[in-house]
Amino acid sequence: MSEALLDVHDLRVAFQGQPVVHGIDFSIAPGEKLALVGESGSGKTVSALSLLRLVVNAEVSGQALLGGRDLLSLSERELRGVRGDEVAVIFQEPMTALNPLYTVGNQIGEVLQLKRGLTPRQARAGAVELLASTGIPEPERRVDAFPHQLSGGQRQRAMIAMALASRPKLLIADEPTTALDVSLRGQILELLSDLQRQHGMALLLITHDLPLVRRVADRVAVMEKGHLVEQGTVAEVFEHPRHAYTRKLLASEPERAVAEPAADAAPVMRAEGLRVSYPVPMPGFKGWFRKGSFTAVQGADLAVPAGGTLGVIGESGSGKSTLALAALGLLPFEGRLEVAGSGWAEARRDKRLRELRQRVQVVFQDPFSSLSPRLTVEQIVGEGLSVHRPDLPADQRRERVAALLAEVGLVDDPQRGADWLQRYPHEFSGGQRQRLAIARALIVEPQLLVLDEPTSALDVTVQKQVLSLLQRLQRDRGLSYLLITHDVGVIRAMAHEVIVMKDGAIVERGPALDVLTAPEHPYTRLLVQAAA
Amino acid sequence: MATASLSPSRRAWLRFKRNRLGYWSLVLFCVLVVASLFAEVLSNDRPLVVRYEGQTYFPIVRDYPETVFGGDFETPADYLDPFIRKQITQGDNWALYAPNPYGSQTINYFAEKPNPSGPSRANWFGTDDRGRDLLAQLIYGFRVSVLFALALTAIGVVLGIVTGAIQGFFGGKTDLAFQRFIEIWGSMPELYLLIIFSAVFAPSVGLLLILLSLFGWMGLSDYVRAEFLRNRQLDYVRAARAMGLSNAQIIWRHILPNSLTPVVTFLPFRMSAAILALTSLDFLGLGVPPGTPSLGELLSQGKNSIDAWWISLSTFGVLVLTLLLLTFMGDALRDALDPRKQDV
Repeated sequence: MSEALLDVHDLRVAFQGQPVVHGIDFSIAPGEKLALVGESGSGKTVSALSLLRLVVNAEVSGQALLGGRDLLSLSERELRGVRGDEVAVIFQEPMTALNPLYTVGNQIGEVLQLKRGLTPRQARAGAVELLASTGIPEPERRVDAFPHQLSGGQRQRAMIAMALASRPKLLIADEPTTALDVSLRGQILELLSDLQRQHGMALLLITHDLPLVRRVADRVAVMEKGHLVEQGTVAEVFEHPRHAYTRKLLASEPERAVAEPAADAAPVMRAEGLRVSYPVPMPGFKGWFRKGSFTAVQGADLAVPAGGTLGVIGESGSGKSTLALAALGLLPFEGRLEVAGSGWAEARRDKRLRELRQRVQVVFQDPFSSLSPRLTVEQIVGEGLSVHRPDLPADQRRERVAALLAEVGLVDDPQRGADWLQRYPHEFSGGQRQRLAIARALIVEPQLLVLDEPTSALDVTVQKQVLSLLQRLQRDRGLSYLLITHDVGVIRAMAHEVIVMKDGAIVERGPALDVLTAPEHPYTRLLVQAAA
Repeated sequence: MATASLSPSRRAWLRFKRNRLGYWSLVLFCVLVVASLFAEVLSNDRPLVVRYEGQTYFPIVRDYPETVFGGDFETPADYLDPFIRKQITQGDNWALYAPNPYGSQTINYFAEKPNPSGPSRANWFGTDDRGRDLLAQLIYGFRVSVLFALALTAIGVVLGIVTGAIQGFFGGKTDLAFQRFIEIWGSMPELYLLIIFSAVFAPSVGLLLILLSLFGWMGLSDYVRAEFLRNRQLDYVRAARAMGLSNAQIIWRHILPNSLTPVVTFLPFRMSAAILALTSLDFLGLGVPPGTPSLGELLSQGKNSIDAWWISLSTFGVLVLTLLLLTFMGDALRDALDPRKQDV
């Protein structure tokens, strides 16, 4: 392909002698949309960003021809001319990619002055125009806004405006929608596609999100562990994947394998008129004297069926995680909340708090912050036993921990589990850590497990494994789940009942499959559509 | 698959060991401190053992009158007196002197040259203006400085962790009240208070330790507070809470071990700051009572008799060496505990 805009040949990247990208080849034609797909650690981001030498301490070799020049052999000075000029980058997290000390207009204007040689007055006008083209309402006003004054979607639009300021030939978008709520993702993608068509840019899209690739890209390149295992047009790869890894990725949509709970069983958890509010500082000098309050959950009624799963779906800020913390008795709330036949306040009053805690356990989202880095596996998983069964001798406690490690699929048989007991969390992958967190919760044999986004931080293939583990545990142990998630796919695979939350209120409820197939509320419809 | 897994602190220690400069600084510093703990054996005006007319004496632990060794007086024997020295070393008698036969306050009344005298065979590092051996004073002065610094650091660390933990863990109004208290307390003029107190009370090492400790915990407490504030809202702490652990268990098992990085990193730097503080106070005459061996007092002597270059030079050398060792250790520790360095 001689007319290629960017032609990458035998790109290798290493960190301190450790190779992470093992010689990949790809090319992008002018105006083409190429998606680079892979799981975390596959080297997709490193490959793309090392083209512009944006990765610290990376040893890069190979060839990357852009308009006849090899990017990898340019001097730092020449490369600076290319960055943000011929090639622009959009990052995943717009909050950290924008400088919080300057207004958006300032930052866009800076690019215009630097790359297009405009005067400050022209640059400001140009910034307004760019912001308008990305669909931000009232661009004349927003141009003077600081990043924190914009919403997440607006920030990402401002980032795009900034990237477009230099009229690049190639736009590298590194997970441009991952940090955004589902309902915004579609809009941002549409915007990117529109602008790409208008400006005739090429787009290198780095993502792990397969539906997104199908919707946006022309061609796709699949990466696994630093190798490019397959590339081709989107239709080809999705219809006839040739490599085993691609097939595994495509088949990673979680499957529903849950037993129906008994229809007459009493609910494990029941809430009526549940209200949770936080004190927040009031603006101005009023805040000196009294605190305002923000209501995160407004009067929720819900029930978790025994042996079943209540899914709670909503976007960030909808109050779903607050609901989880209230269910765990970790937040003060108003209204009626009963877990396993007892309210938190009554348990506290009757000194039965510890007993109640044993019945409700939790698994959090981030497998890295949910395990203390300074405790061994035995200490982490065995902690519940030392609190709730202090009479148990140490060797029996160890036996139970080892048995549970086998049950959550961390080891093949309990004998091998003994080897793992003295290890520390840093040696485990994200999926393994999530299994550890599940084991920690299960050791006290709870009735209700609160799952707060249990798989959102995991890769798709690992996500599927963890979900099927949770399904198996529910069938074997008759567990009930309160499942908090933003992911429609997870609800579809796991939930019996579902409630949809928006801005602290429940907007729709019902049997999970009914709600997902025939959503009534427009917001639910939006969520379901965005996930399709 | 390796069966042994390294704990985070063990991995940090391995990283520390790989920094050769820091590691050997630690080794040398420990050797010096341990040696200084045995200062009485290394530098003493009394012999360790005396064999006199068929009997064995241990002057290092007991006082013997001069008459025991054939002297005229009932006063404790002065073993630097050439007469006594002759008595206990002639014939079958023998005496084992310390390598440096002077104590920290020993005045050699039998010196050949006027005080202060430069380095010689009798006094390897020379003497000060009162005729006391400089090497002996340096050894004892180093010991006082290091022990003082260790005590001050230990007290400061304990106070800093406790106050920081209370503020960070409970947050809210407790935190607010404590922070305002620290602001008021921190704006007290520390030096003037020290001057006033040293005028009111008889100066002593204990009093100094108390006064410096009163102000020494605040910096550390802020770091511990910040770590606690960060760690208490992490998921593993929430999970522990949901498990039903008490506040004390959560602090002790979960938050504290993960909040000690700044404490450990600052240890050597706090030590060197404590040594410097003691030295400067002694230099100003506000520090330890007269008669206590002290590097600061030696420095002020060196300033007063500028011609006696051996006083200021050797004291300066000891100080620089100590502070340098501590700084190297601190640098290595900081690298070893840097969360961005993962590899072993």
